[in-house]
Amino acid sequence: MRAEGIFIAVEVEDGAAADQALAAKLTEVCPVDIFAVASSGELELVDKNIDECVLCRLCLDAAPEGAVTIIKRYDNDAQL
Amino acid sequence: MRFYEYEAREIVRRAGIPVTEFGFATTPEEAKAAAEKIDGPSVVKSQVLSGGRMKAGGVQFADTPDEAAAHTVDVLKIEIGGQMPRGVLVDTKAEVEQEYYAGVVWDGTAKQPVIIFSPVGGIDIEQVAEEQPDKVGRRHISNLRPLTGFEAKEVIASTGVTGSELNKLVPIVTKLAQLFIDNDMTLAEINPIGRLADGSFIALDAHMDMENEARGRHKKLLAELGVGDDETREAREPTAFELAGEAVDSEDHRGVAGNVTEFDGNLGLVIGAGGGSLTLFDAVRAHGGKPANYCEIGGNPSVSKTCGLAKLVLQKPGVDKIAVMMSIVSNTRVDIVARGVIKACLELGMDPSEKIAIFRIPGAWEDEGFKILDAYGVEYADRSVSMHEAAKRAVEKIGAGS
Amino acid sequence: MSILVGANTTFIVQGITGREAVNLTRECLDYGAGAKVVGGVTPGRLGREVHGVPVFDTVEQAVAHHGAPIDGSVVTVPPAFTKDAVFEAIENGIKLIVIVTERIPRRDVAQMVELASANDARIIGPNCLGIIVPDVIKMGGIGGPAKDAAKAYTPGSIGVISRSGGMTTEMSSTLTAAGMGQSTAVSIGGDAIIGSSYAELMPLFEADEATEGIVIYTEPGGRMEAQLAQWVAENNSRLPIVAFMAGRFMDEMPGMSFGHAGTIVEGKEDTATEKIARLAEAGITVAEEISEIPALIQAKIDERKS
Repeated sequence: MRAEGIFIAVEVEDGAAADQALAAKLTEVCPVDIFAVASSGELELVDKNIDECVLCRLCLDAAPEGAVTIIKRYDNDAQL
Repeated sequence: MRFYEYEAREIVRRAGIPVTEFGFATTPEEAKAAAEKIDGPSVVKSQVLSGGRMKAGGVQFADTPDEAAAHTVDVLKIEIGGQMPRGVLVDTKAEVEQEYYAGVVWDGTAKQPVIIFSPVGGIDIEQVAEEQPDKVGRRHISNLRPLTGFEAKEVIASTGVTGSELNKLVPIVTKLAQLFIDNDMTLAEINPIGRLADGSFIALDAHMDMENEARGRHKKLLAELGVGDDETREAREPTAFELAGEAVDSEDHRGVAGNVTEFDGNLGLVIGAGGGSLTLFDAVRAHGGKPANYCEIGGNPSVSKTCGLAKLVLQKPGVDKIAVMMSIVSNTRVDIVARGVIKACLELGMDPSEKIAIFRIPGAWEDEGFKILDAYGVEYADRSVSMHEAAKRAVEKIGAGS
Repeated sequence: MSILVGANTTFIVQGITGREAVNLTRECLDYGAGAKVVGGVTPGRLGREVHGVPVFDTVEQAVAHHGAPIDGSVVTVPPAFTKDAVFEAIENGIKLIVIVTERIPRRDVAQMVELASANDARIIGPNCLGIIVPDVIKMGGIGGPAKDAAKAYTPGSIGVISRSGGMTTEMSSTLTAAGMGQSTAVSIGGDAIIGSSYAELMPLFEADEATEGIVIYTEPGGRMEAQLAQWVAENNSRLPIVAFMAGRFMDEMPGMSFGHAGTIVEGKEDTATEKIARLAEAGITVAEEISEIPALIQAKIDERKS
């Protein structure tokens, strides 16, 4: 799944998005509430918070390598 | 926060200091009822926060309750210092033999409250201090030791007052100092204290200011006086634009993006922090610019809060461009502010490179911030460009564009 | 050399587990030679650690753990608890207290200051960012993260005193860019009553051989600048001073407060115009722009030397 703000885009691999334990973990670590747990228990991205991303890498550290990608749209789509 | 006279009088009364019979009225009927209670000549006084009431016609004398009611109709119509009166205070017209002054204020240099007393009351104490300095006594009081009374005695005696006068004034001045301490006042003043024909003393007018930071611990008193939580009691009432700024700032708890004050120029300002905003506002004016507003960002506000503030300023009628400037930041992040102001432009259908005259915020995360500004073609400056130089560039741009 | 703090200064952080305090602790540990943060205090959190700094319930425990008197404390607790925290620090022998907290009623501040002076202790702040000796130590959030602080501050001979935390860094950075370092920079706080005013810090700079000149940032409100002017006139100071006055526009708006709580103009003496006149009378140069400061202070230093 992918969600886009003006400055930041967030991509999560479909397999990872379905991982309920990971969904809970991402929700906990993100300081600006980009991640949430849907009623199904799966991961949900909160559109209005995408541009609040502070580039802290906590989500990257919490997920298996490559599962979460943070993209800086203002920097030629550079990946964090 | 300033109190109206009728509230200040009530605070004085509660402190156990004798006051004349008085009532607060917002209609002629209420004024008449209050005057009837007084049973004798009365004074109708406009209730505004500024001075100069007498000159403006806001103080009228009445011999009968009907006359007091008639004066109330007139006084309520007079604007004083840009403010319509909240009501009138109907007061006893006391026959006094002598007027005295007593006040307590903070001395920021000594870091203690200072009691000021003069046997020359009823006029501005600063005038007395200038013309008859030996008639003004001052004494600091301890912040840690409780007041016992000798402090007031010393200050009164130092002005040459003695005898029963001294002994009757000591408890009044002590109670005034105590109420200053108990209520976190920044000013507590009774001017004048009147000596009546029978030798007794009575408070005739009072001014009180409570420290804003301490309002939270005097909720009970404020509620009893009917002071609303939303009453700022600043020298001027907040405008709709300023209230909208407050609403933006209270949107979320992260950082500050507010403290907005409205001006009537064409250059919108998104500036910070405390000292930086003061410096930048001066700098814009020094270069002939006309600011549309004052504001402060700081404490690393969210993108959405910065965006909300920038939108408010961008949409203010008469604003051509905004200047986004701060002193070097170490807590607030350059990239977050850049995102906020660019987002505001885009969401309003404006071109950031056109609307943002200059972006001068050096410091934390500046490399990331400058990348964002580059991507949208916004002119920016790093710390090698002074705050004044940045302000000058913004003023030049707006001059060239209009 | 420096004033107030040096490489060996030990201090604690009261309220260390708060979000801002955690950052501040990191910054101080990382800067210069690494500050000797010997403990933190948050009631109920005994046994925890913040960036390796042990957390205690009381200052007394922190002192006992350290096994010797502790020099200072950075207080970052909410306004309603600050007086208690500062009293606790003073009664446990701490002599230098930096109060970061904003919005403390001035009666509380006045009480803290009075107790401090009775115990031979000094308060910096409240509503301040603390003290920095470039490349040696920072005590407080001044200058931000270590790498940002290193960009703005360099060692040298100018003492900086400022009522604004952010402007302490802006002015020091301007000096640095002009090749003039700082001996010590002190953010003294923006409130109406503060622990240490310009005049109260001047004797320390006067005694510091490394300091050759002073740069101050000032604002409308209060009598602190008049007090400095008087100090200079009475003490035949060896140190030239350059001042920058912000908030000149406030002269047209009596009764309103901008920027900091202490800026409210309550009388004629509080105005920018009046203060500028007072400072000038005392031989203190008032710069129109911050960028002029390095040349002005250099010229005054050269003048005294010749």
